[in-house]
Amino acid sequence: MALTYDQVVAKYDPVLGLEVHVELNTESKMFCSCATTFGAEPNTQTCPVCLALPGALPVVNEKAIESTIKIGLALNCKIAPYSRFARKNYFYPDMPKNFQISQYDEPICYDGYVDVEIDTDEGPQQFRIEIERVHMEEDTGKSLHVGGATGRIHGADYSLLDYNRAGIPLVEIVTKIVPGTGKYAPEVAKAYVAELRDILRGLGVSDVKMEQGSLRCDANVSLKPAGSQVLGTRSETKNVNSLRSVERAIRGEMLRHAELLEKGEKVKQETRHFQEDTGLTRSGRSKEQAEDYRYFPDPDLVPVKPDAAWIETLRAALPERPSIRRKRLQEQWAVPDKEFAAMVNADVLGIVEATVLLGADPTKARTWWLGEISRIANDKSVAIDELSITPKDVAELIALVASGELTDKLARQVVEGVIAGEGTPAEVVAKRGIKVVNDDGALMAAIEKVCAAQAETAEKVRGGHLPAAGALIGAVMKETQGQADAAKVRELLLKYLGQ
Amino acid sequence: MIFKTATEMADALQSKEISSVELTQAHLDRIDSVDGDVKAFLYVDKEGALAQAAAVDADRAAGKDLSPLAGVPLALKDVLAQKGVPTTAGSRILEGWRPPYDSTVVSKLKDAGIIILGKTNMDEFAMGSSTENSGYGPTFNPWDLERTPGGSSGGSAAAVSAFEAPLAIGSDTGGSIRQPAALTGIVGVRPTYGAVSRYGLIAYSSSLDQAGPFGRTVLDTALLHEAIAGHDAHDATSIKSAVPAVVSAAKSGDVKGMKIGVIKQLQGEGYQKGVQSRFTESLDLLASLGAEIVEVDCPSFEYALAAYYLIAPSECSSNLARFDAMRYGLRTGDANGASAEAVMAATRDAGFGREVKRRIILGTYALSSGYYDAYYGSAQKIRTLIIQDYAKAFAQADVLVSPTAPTTAYKIGEKVDDPMAMYLGDVATIPVNLAGICGMSLPAGLADEDNLPVGFQIMAPAMQDQRLYQAGAALEAALNSKWGGALISKAPALGGAK
Repeated sequence: MALTYDQVVAKYDPVLGLEVHVELNTESKMFCSCATTFGAEPNTQTCPVCLALPGALPVVNEKAIESTIKIGLALNCKIAPYSRFARKNYFYPDMPKNFQISQYDEPICYDGYVDVEIDTDEGPQQFRIEIERVHMEEDTGKSLHVGGATGRIHGADYSLLDYNRAGIPLVEIVTKIVPGTGKYAPEVAKAYVAELRDILRGLGVSDVKMEQGSLRCDANVSLKPAGSQVLGTRSETKNVNSLRSVERAIRGEMLRHAELLEKGEKVKQETRHFQEDTGLTRSGRSKEQAEDYRYFPDPDLVPVKPDAAWIETLRAALPERPSIRRKRLQEQWAVPDKEFAAMVNADVLGIVEATVLLGADPTKARTWWLGEISRIANDKSVAIDELSITPKDVAELIALVASGELTDKLARQVVEGVIAGEGTPAEVVAKRGIKVVNDDGALMAAIEKVCAAQAETAEKVRGGHLPAAGALIGAVMKETQGQADAAKVRELLLKYLGQ
Repeated sequence: MIFKTATEMADALQSKEISSVELTQAHLDRIDSVDGDVKAFLYVDKEGALAQAAAVDADRAAGKDLSPLAGVPLALKDVLAQKGVPTTAGSRILEGWRPPYDSTVVSKLKDAGIIILGKTNMDEFAMGSSTENSGYGPTFNPWDLERTPGGSSGGSAAAVSAFEAPLAIGSDTGGSIRQPAALTGIVGVRPTYGAVSRYGLIAYSSSLDQAGPFGRTVLDTALLHEAIAGHDAHDATSIKSAVPAVVSAAKSGDVKGMKIGVIKQLQGEGYQKGVQSRFTESLDLLASLGAEIVEVDCPSFEYALAAYYLIAPSECSSNLARFDAMRYGLRTGDANGASAEAVMAATRDAGFGREVKRRIILGTYALSSGYYDAYYGSAQKIRTLIIQDYAKAFAQADVLVSPTAPTTAYKIGEKVDDPMAMYLGDVATIPVNLAGICGMSLPAGLADEDNLPVGFQIMAPAMQDQRLYQAGAALEAALNSKWGGALISKAPALGGAK
């Protein structure tokens, strides 16, 4: 019998280690002036340098150094006054030079931390994730393996290479080992990646789109017997491309490791690939025989020696830390803990803030984004910021409701229209001919009709039994195809029935 | 006209005594008549050279402001990328590759109106000292066609020595400009590391490589030096300060009061007798011109060769990884179902020569985990010691001197199976590269025992390249007046009459 998750965490302590790769959003690549636009035609954003033509040389993009220092500062790291690039040597067709320029034993930022807060059985609890290092490197190109069953290089009929991504600046953020998270390990990991993403977004240094690969997480997991000081063997799960997957992958690996250990088997030190569909990992390259990358300082590049005064300028200009911002927003908007947590979880904080800054009421803005719009995003299985509705649209919508030009119900139709690409709320209202029926005559006609049809109910109301009015109001709304203002209907109805 | 100096050619062009097209054609004709024997060139770009010459002539006719060497032809070592022109670095693995871009050196040559006649032969990827390691066969020394012209820039040196071009570009990683200059009786300079951009120079050992000029006189060499030097934003190791005034130094040529340091470790045992005597005579001559000769001690130089043969192979093992058949050059073993790995391996096996493979394997080993500290790490420490030795020596002397190479030109095939003997030929040139400073070789006469040219090496601190020219020009003038003409005029006639 495989252990349940609760049994696993009772018997074993999980230890985490997280490596996050972030693609910087610099306009040009790490070592040449090629553009970095996502999704361009293959091999159109290349030059002698990123194609590694004979004789071409790399030159460091200063903007990438600036972004990396900002990241380091935001993660409470120390900034090295002297750091170098090294070459990591190995052959792979999508790596043009057959070495990757990366920082090795001399990273630019080191020794930092990030605090994350999660909900536990005992209420909110803070965990400190220590950062080992933040360093710069370049991305590889992309291989597309055509034919064969697995989509991997082995067994493929042929492979296509796209070097547009080759040389895109990457920043790798590596944690120290994270012990002591117990059963909350998956949640802590997820909260850490989410916090990183928010910090990076706040810094404006990356698009941080996990689904496009601009933020990628490798999760190292090991188990040790509860209370033991000796670390277990770890696996490294790659390809974890959403916050939810971070949580699932770690939980899955904890279960898999426990099952092996229970059977008296050994966990293999290896790279594993997360399968989005099954939530399981499959074995990749074995790491038991460590590859020798023959790192050495890149002789084509000079050491990075950032000016101390410049670092202080960057530090002074850091944006508000996400955790502080969250506290501020919760207070300003007077949102209860539970609702606020829901907003954070649904990742709508930024979008709600943008809506509020356009003049919308915070509660209304939150209700729209967290309710109707989130529901539509879920139905369509897309991220909320991928829908074609903007904070500006929602602010406009809220204003239309406030002015009485729309009812909540009509407003939902307008949201649908905006998302369907029919234009701004005002344009949708105009196109669809949506308007609140405020004409007392038309409403009275409907009320009279309904009261005649449901005479018994109408009598109850007339006799003072007000809760019965609900059914009548509903019928009137139906009669007017939802275009009436429910409050107005109620007022007229009660008056009509002598209340 | 082809037997004149580049300076004289430039004057003739300026006074419209001759056009650049005529001058270029004369050199192309010379190449036609002698290069069958010398084999200095891998590719002669007749059309490109003549078109470039015609453009310079048109500019001159239009009265445009031209640079000093505009219209003068030059031979380019095949290690430098030239747009649209086959560039192989002497390797079969790059056969047929035509770069889509110009190296910075080529851009500067073109901007200066210097005519590029073609690409010259070299040891494959500049690994070698005799040009015998070329994937396309050896180059022959114009002084004795049975001998090597040295290397790795043997094609460039031979072209200048054989009057196929008045000027040439080489590259010097461990002596690859100075040693062939010595063996062919011409002038060659390795500028300070970072003085000439490496962008577009096919890398052998990035921390040691440096392109530089060849000429038949010190002044010609200085003119070319000034044309190719300068900061380049495409090379992170390029030096930002101003180019040293090498041309005016070459014109002044004065050693009065100059302190000249003779490096104790770079003479005596292992140096051919005739080489040693020409060196000593040159020293006497310098002293007679008012220079003060002192002896300096550089104890770490003993380890220079060993350090070089760890650092250069280590860097090359990584630099040459890009030749993998995926994007350019040779591709072989691509049969149905062959894996990418198999194609890479087959291509590298077929495309690289023995010496290149030897150094890749050596470097791969030296960088391996567990060996790194003992090999690459120790070699870097020796490098630091050599830099310190030079610093002490330059505190005692303005320039340092030694014979350029321990021997004169040796026979083709003589050392090809004995890499250690071949490596020892670079013993006097390598310290300059390890320290990143500059060095010149100029002709010091012929050795008595074989009547072959001997080179005299001058070394100066980083970015003090003008000192090389100042001392070199003084020595050259004194030697020429002693000989009653330039040494090169004593070279045997080739093909046509002189």
